[in-house]
This record gives sequence, C-alpha cells and structure tokens, in this order.
Amino acid sequence: MTHRIKLILAGTSALLALVAAGPSHAEVTLSFLIDNNPDTVAAAEALVAAYQAKAPDVTIEIEPRAGGGEGDNIIKTRLATGEMSDVFLYNSGSLLQALKPTQTLVDLSGLSSQAKVDESFKAVVRADGKLYGVPFGTAMAGGILYNRKIYQDLGLSVPKTWADFMANNAKVKAAGKVAVAQTYRDTWTSQLFVLADYYNLHAAVPNFAADYTANKAKYAETAAALKGFERLKDVHDAGLMNEDFGAASYDDGLRMVATGEAAHYPMLSFAVGALKQNYPDNLNDVGFFAQPSDDAATNGLTVWMPPALYIPVTSQHAEEARKFVDFAGSVEACKIMVETNAVQGPSLIDGCDLPASVPPAIKDMLPYFEAKDKTTPALEFVSPIKGPALEQITVEVGSGIRQPAEAAKLYDDDVRKQAKQLGLPNW
Amino acid sequence: MRNVRPYVTGAIALAVAAIIFVMPFVFVALQAVKSKSEASRLDFELPEHWLFWDNLVAVFKARDYQLALAYFNSTLITVVSVTILILLSAMVGYVMQRRKTVWNRVASIALFMGLMMPPAVVPTIGLLQDIGLFKTMTGMILIQVAYNLSFSILLYRSFISTIPRDLDEAALIDGAKPRQIFFRVVLPLLKPVTVTNVVVQSIAIFNDFTNPLYYLPGKENVTVQLTLYNFQSMYTSQYNLLFMNILLVTIPPLIVFIFFNRQIVAGMTAGGVKG
Amino acid sequence: MTETRRRSRKSPYPLWFFIPAAIIYGVLFLFPTISSLWFSLTRWDLSTAEFIGLENFQQFFSEPFLVKGLVNTLIYAVTTSGLKTVCGLMLAVLLTSNIFARGFLRTLVFFPVLVSTIGIGITFTVMMHPTKGIINVTLKTLGIPGPGWLTNPALALFSVALVDVWKGVGLATLIFIAGLAAISPDYYEAARIDGATRLQQFSRITLPLVRPATVIVVTLSLIGGLRSFDLIWAMTRGGPGFSSDVIASVIYKQYQAGFYGLSTAGNVILFALIAAIILPFTLWFNRREVGE
Repeated sequence: MTHRIKLILAGTSALLALVAAGPSHAEVTLSFLIDNNPDTVAAAEALVAAYQAKAPDVTIEIEPRAGGGEGDNIIKTRLATGEMSDVFLYNSGSLLQALKPTQTLVDLSGLSSQAKVDESFKAVVRADGKLYGVPFGTAMAGGILYNRKIYQDLGLSVPKTWADFMANNAKVKAAGKVAVAQTYRDTWTSQLFVLADYYNLHAAVPNFAADYTANKAKYAETAAALKGFERLKDVHDAGLMNEDFGAASYDDGLRMVATGEAAHYPMLSFAVGALKQNYPDNLNDVGFFAQPSDDAATNGLTVWMPPALYIPVTSQHAEEARKFVDFAGSVEACKIMVETNAVQGPSLIDGCDLPASVPPAIKDMLPYFEAKDKTTPALEFVSPIKGPALEQITVEVGSGIRQPAEAAKLYDDDVRKQAKQLGLPNW
Repeated sequence: MRNVRPYVTGAIALAVAAIIFVMPFVFVALQAVKSKSEASRLDFELPEHWLFWDNLVAVFKARDYQLALAYFNSTLITVVSVTILILLSAMVGYVMQRRKTVWNRVASIALFMGLMMPPAVVPTIGLLQDIGLFKTMTGMILIQVAYNLSFSILLYRSFISTIPRDLDEAALIDGAKPRQIFFRVVLPLLKPVTVTNVVVQSIAIFNDFTNPLYYLPGKENVTVQLTLYNFQSMYTSQYNLLFMNILLVTIPPLIVFIFFNRQIVAGMTAGGVKG
Repeated sequence: MTETRRRSRKSPYPLWFFIPAAIIYGVLFLFPTISSLWFSLTRWDLSTAEFIGLENFQQFFSEPFLVKGLVNTLIYAVTTSGLKTVCGLMLAVLLTSNIFARGFLRTLVFFPVLVSTIGIGITFTVMMHPTKGIINVTLKTLGIPGPGWLTNPALALFSVALVDVWKGVGLATLIFIAGLAAISPDYYEAARIDGATRLQQFSRITLPLVRPATVIVVTLSLIGGLRSFDLIWAMTRGGPGFSSDVIASVIYKQYQAGFYGLSTAGNVILFALIAAIILPFTLWFNRREVGE
C-alpha cells in the first residue's frame, strides 16, 4: 500500500513541479524568502523583475514570511531542519550570529559586489573573518515618527529632551488626538523605546556593549540601560497611547501617524518605505526625530544596519543564488530599490547615492549622519546577544503589566539563555 | 398548560442556542461575501453586493493557488492515515479482546500512555530526520497513525466485545484460517463503529494544526489549517478574504457532519459510555 | 481448562496482528517520548547535546514567565473542564427532556466540535477586538463598557477558555446524553411516586447514576485542557506579554527560539503534570464506584 502511495505521490509532485515551473522554460528556479512588510515586498519584486530580465533562464519565487519574533523562529527552524530557501532575507548583526553562520551559510566574501560595500556593513555580516551577506536596502535609524501637521497646528517643536517630548505629548492629548501610537498585535514594534534608547545608553556608559557581552553588565543593574524600559512605562502611565494598543497592528500604527490620528509612532525608518507604498499622499506629513535623552546635549540616532541576503549551505542552486545575490548587492540594484521605496537612510554601497529629493522623514535623519558622533549602531550590532523574548517583555511593560526593574531582570535572564546557547565564554 | 411547556422551553432554548452557537458562523458567512471595505466594518449588515464567487476565487488564487495545494495535501493525509489507522487498530483491538495473552497488559499500558502523554516534539523531529521522513507526507501520515492509534484501538476493543465468539468458532469449524476469520467475518460486522471512527478521525486529522506545524514545514507541504493560519498575517486588512478562507476550511467537516450525523452520535455514545 | 490450553496453542487470534501497529506506535511515539526524558537534561541544538543536569527544570520553575505558563495551564485546564462538565450536564438534561426541536438543538450544540480550531480562533479574535469587535460594539449599544477580552492581561486566558468551552461543550453534552439515556426511567417513576421533587430526583438519582459519563467527560476535558495549544496560539500567541502562555505554547516558543533542551523539558513537565492529576483522579473515582 505504501509503495503505491509513493508512486502516486511521486507522480503528483512531478506534475505539480511541471505546473509550477510555468511556461517560461525556466532552467533554474530559485526560492527567495522575505518578510511581509510592504516595502520589502515591493523592493524584492522590483529586484527580481530586473534580474529575471537580465537572466531569462532563471525564475525566482518570492515567499513572504511573518516578521518579528515569529519570523526569527521561522528562519531558525528552517535552517535547522534544512528547509531554507535558496536565498533569504534576514537581519544582520547579533540575529545573524544566532544562526551560527559559519556552519549554516555560504561564504559570500568573494562576490564582486562586496568591493563597494561600506566597511560598517561588512562588520555586521562577518563571522570568523568571512562575509556572509549582502546589504538589502539602506541603513536605517530607530527613533520617533511624528505627524508634522499636528505639530504645525499645535505649534510644537521637535523635542530635544525627554521632558520636552512628554510636554508635547500632553498638549497632543489635550487636543484630543492620540499622543503615542502603540501596536502590540505586532509584538516586535513594542521594543522601539528600549532599543532606540541605545544611543543615550552608549553616551552614558560607553563600555556597556563589551561588558554586557562578557556578562559583566546587566540591564537591571545599569541605570542608563533601565531608562529604556522606564520610558516605555512613562508613556503608558501618562495615558498617551491609543485605546486599542493591545490589538493594533503595525499597519494601524503607520496609518495613525500618517493620517494625523496620532502624533508619534516610535519606529524604525524603514517605515518610510511602507508609508510610500501604502500612504503615498501622506508621505510628506511625516517627520522623524531621534529618541531624546534627559539631557539636550546628548541627542543622537541609534542606527540599524539593513537586513542582508544570505544563502544557506543546503541550497541546491548555490551557484545561481550567488549570481542573484551578487546582483542584489550591486549599485544597479541599489538604485532600483531606492527608486521603489524611497531611501530609508544613508546608502551602504559606494556609488549608490541618495536622490535629490527625499521624503521629509529622511531629510530629518540626514543631519545626524553628517555630523560627527551623532549616531551609534544599535546594541544588536555591537554585541552578538539579543534575547528572543524582549518583544514580549516590552509588551508587558507597555501594557502596564510589569514594572521596568522586573522587566529588565527578566530580559537579563533571557539574554543569559541565548548566550549559553551560543556557547559564549564567561556565561 | 402541560402541552405548551415543551414548546415554550424549546423555543427559548432554540433562541438562546441560536445566539450562542449559530451567530459566530453567520458572522463568518456574512463577512465572507462582502467587499473589502464593507468587511472591515465587521458588522452584521447585509452586503451591498454578494461577492461570494469573487472572494472564493481570490482566496483560491492567493499565493499561487496555495489553498488548492493545501486541500490536496490535507485530503491525502487524512484519507491515507485513516485507512491505515482503521486497519491496524481493528486488528489490534480484535486480538486484544479475543485472546488472553500477557501482551494485552503491555498493550493496554502502552495505549494508556498514548492517551495521556503529550508527544515529545523535538526528539520526534530528530528521529524523523534520521529516518529521512521529516517534512515528507509519508512521515506525516505515519505520525497521524501513531498518535491516533490509542483512541482507535480502545474504540474497537470495546465494540468487539459485543460480537459473539460463536461466529469465530463457527467460521473456524468451517475451515477458515485465522486471517480469514478476521477479514471475512469480523471486520464487516464492525461497520458501525468503523463508520464512526472514520468520521471522527477524519475530522480530527483534517483539522489538525499542531502536528503539521511541527513535522511538515515547507511551502509544498502546506495543509489547510496551516494555510489559514498563514493567511491571517497576509489578510490583515482584507477581512472578507480571511473569512472566506475560514468558510472554505469549515465546509468539509460540515458536509461530513450532515451526512454522518446519526452515526457519529450513535457511535460516540456506544463506544464512549461502555469504555 | 484443557480445552483452553489446546486452543491457545493454535489460537485463531494471531499475535502478529499486533506487529505493524506496534512498530509504528513504538518507533514514532514511544521511543521519542521516552528519549525526551534524556534530552530534557541537555542543552540541545539538534547537532550537539550537552548534558546539563536539571538546569532546564530549574529554569522552568524559576523564570517568571515559565512559571506563569505552568500556573496558567492548571487554571485553563480546571476552568475549561469544570465549565464543560457543568454546562454539558445541564445541556444534556435539557436536551433529553421533552422539548421542541430536540434533535436539531443537539446538532446545533455539537457542530462547533467539528470545526477547525484555527478558524474558530481567528473568528473569535476578530469578534473580541476591544473597539471594533462585534461583542464590544453590541455591549456598547446596551450601555455596558466592553472589556479588553484578549488585550487585558488578566482576562486573556479566560477569554480563550470561554471560546474553548463554546467549542467543546457539545462533545460533553453528547457523552452526558448517552449517560442519561442509560438511566432506567423506573428510578424516576419510583421517586415521583414517593413524592420526590425535581431537584431531589436530580441529586439523588441523576447525579450518581451518570457518574461513568462524568468521569469520561472530566478526564477527557482535563487532559485536553492541559495539552491545549491550537486555540491559545491562534488567538493570543500567549500574549499580551506572557499572560496567556501555557506549557504547550511555552514548548513551542522555546522550540522556535532554538532552545531545544528547554522545550523538551517542557514536554516532560507536561507529562508529569497530566500523570499527577489524572492518575489519582481516576483512582479516586473508581474506588468510589466500587464503594457504592
């Protein structure tokens, strides 16, 4: 009985494969796994279209996956079970390290496009001296998106300290609008206040990253680190959030800050790409500023490196995949992406310059990059450890379930699990 | 007064039951035929245009006809595993009930473990990988058989006790071999409980979400429940398509239920109370 | 005596009938489940397993969100089981009495049992949206402020439990109906002649005699409740934060995060929990029955 089934299964899969191959006599089909943000999808589709035009015997199938913690887990599980697509998009930095790249990914140091990639990016896709990824998109920053119309109407100015920020919030709330949009249905969005505070943390405790990696410093014991959690709590306690913060989604958050329903939405600047896709008419109404500290002199951006394209060692089409990835890292591809999505920050590929006109949110960001010492890479790019449960812990703090001190302790425990799993020394 | 009472209570019960048990399904069906903007209001108003067919096609076409593939996979898994399950569990239930052997005690304990113990997922994944059956349909089918054997065997064992041994003995005297006694004489008599078992197991396996989630990852391996779960993130703003998807996933059990309503109830009560 | 011995030498009931099922069951279920006892004592990432003794279990009992999962599991199981038993019995009594459209009502109540759990989960999540959901919208028109069913951390687990009961009460009702049907009407006749009230009939006749069905319902729903995953995952993913996590969702989350040893330890704990609750319960019930 099983033998017959095997035959039927074999026959049917052959049939399906034939159907899936399509009428274009494709010789190679690559599978390409991306996240499901609208800007990612648009950029990926544009890249694939351009590449397929250049290499007509290659077909690339795009598969979107969930983002956030669930996405991390999909990636980890697929790699562990040998199920990964030929090319996949994923974060760089510590999240990449958690994948054990030297064991699971193809070495991409030899690609021609690597020559033009900025060293700051290479640092976050490097393991054991080899490069494993190619940048997808521009650098971006974590901070606070704000609605310029509301600011104009209420006569507010960009806050330089946290106290100013809260004062602005109070005025927005008094005017009957949502002060700070929070969207906990997509739990990853809850982390921003903590993660974007890293610039301020770094300014106060410059050695934090190294000590934290070596198990010498902890979130719960470092007052400056605790601040991030406390800021989240402050926003909750002052009643500044939208009524349905527990059930609102990332899409809702974008809508609120774009259409003027909410004044602020703490987010990474890649959101600008999503805004361009979904709310193009409101793109010019949205600005961006760095998360302020308590002190006006310390004001800078926490910067995220873009995600990268990787190839798993288990890919059956590694050669073709390398060619596609090489294209994706080229100046030409970079320009295609900029055209599709607007920029989200400075480019990391030499020769791919920013266009003359950029959305206001990006324009707000550029001065930080041009000045000295006004940017710091986020913690996950200077330390290989990031606990997987952070986003749930921050949801708890943002929902008022847990106090910051306890939350920080929980996160330290979570980090410890991750560090041990990675086999880091000193833990 | 006495004659009216059953009707009054019945009517009240019907009304309450309608609100509690029927309303959610009406809600699903209603949103499934609306347009995207109407559905996003999530209310009980009737749609302006009945977009049943449009939405149906849209959901089927999504992600390269993923739903069609999912239906195929789910059906294949269900049909094959239920067939194997019926055969194997009837065989075991039969011998357990009829023959006095020390193996019965061993089997009973093993079965009880199956009813109670949650399967250890990661070791099973590791094992499947070693055998080469991970993320294969064959592996998934065998897993479904393994996980549902306990309940199935107990059902058969309980029911076979109602079939008199005289029949076996008569067949034996007639010169039948043991294998033939089972397949020719006993198995046909098991039809009522087999029907119940088929229905119950089919619905359980078709609706299973967790096991394919762990053991059958991969785009070509999607099952109906997994597709529904994945489409949830895809249709964050298209409630009409999301609910059409739910409707489509709910239909097969509904059809099975309408056809086999009486058997399910009869079989469950017979096997359940005695066991 | 001699007849049986002669027969068992050449029994018409072949032992090899056990073998195919035994192989599948043994290899794919028993073996991994027993080996999980070993793996729960390791730090595992599918390629290497490093022995760390009871550290995984220590973590489970010390980390707040893992402990919460444990506590939630118990709360969830007891709540759903209790509600299903009580409501199931009441519905069964109603549906075996002489009311109009009895057969149709039984079908209505049973139908949710057969429907996709994920589908139910998604539907109710939408209906329970704090501001746009139909439940709160209806409550608002009645002047009652609707709670955050799935967004209020104190309520989330109970909201999912309610949906679980909604879905599963039909099965309990069915089993109770069968149990009630097995009680001979003579008992009730005799009681009525003796002048017993409805309530006395229920407590003195119905409840004791429906015990076999009660045991089945409670056992099945407790085991189901302790192992529950699908509905919770579909509705809240264990959120907000960790407030509706149960052991099954913790197992999944740890598995996803790549902490395989910890995940397997969760499995072992779940098994221990089920055994610790079901075994004494079954023994207690059986002993009482014999005593009667």
